[in-house]
Amino acid sequence: METAETRNRKTSDKPAKLSREVQARLGQQLRSMYDDVVNQGVPDRFADLLNRINGDANKGEK
Amino acid sequence: MDESVRKAVLGAVPSLRAFAISLCGNVDRADDLVQETLMRALANIDSFQPGTNMSAWLFTILRNHFRSEYRKRRREVEDSDGRYAESLKTQPEQHGQVEFREFREALAQLPSDQREALILVGASGFSYEEAANICGCAVGTIKSRVNRARTRLAELMSIDGVDDFGPDEQTRAVLAGGGE
Repeated sequence: METAETRNRKTSDKPAKLSREVQARLGQQLRSMYDDVVNQGVPDRFADLLNRINGDANKGEK
Repeated sequence: MDESVRKAVLGAVPSLRAFAISLCGNVDRADDLVQETLMRALANIDSFQPGTNMSAWLFTILRNHFRSEYRKRRREVEDSDGRYAESLKTQPEQHGQVEFREFREALAQLPSDQREALILVGASGFSYEEAANICGCAVGTIKSRVNRARTRLAELMSIDGVDDFGPDEQTRAVLAGGGE
């Protein structure tokens, strides 16, 4: 619920110190977004790229 | 290339992609950035010191490459290709989805210095020291950027109270820990 006090804090020039609850919520959102990509794993193009480079390098060494 | 090195590089790819998307704001560009990063890394694999953090090494290469090649294109990318929020397809319908979208849009509005610091520490799990090494700046600078990023995010999302939030010890600890 918005009160006069919270409104004042929001418009204040001085950055308010965030509560731990707010920080926790922001952190949760951030990780959720990030992990959404991480959980996609390794796309084939990168696995193929590494295998190809590895193969070329081994050939070069022989 | 040593098999253990190949595995370490491959293992870092998912997190590299997540970081790249947060920098580029676009999945296709991010994947190109990751690919170029991997090619650079493998071409210079001799400069990687075994026993050090492979992930941090790759993040550093990716960030430097992004800074030199991609950053100047960022504005046009955002305007023409849509942003992070639109490019993620896997987010299921869920309670709090509106807030989640607001969060991603707010994140996209942060100055890039602040956004990358917040991602490295708050999502990638690097310590402040590691993030400082990756960004080539002082630890205090990273801490300051992370704090400003959090404050700005809360402002953009008009979060000025905690009434809506159920306290959650685990996530609270994760963020409060700040990757330390």
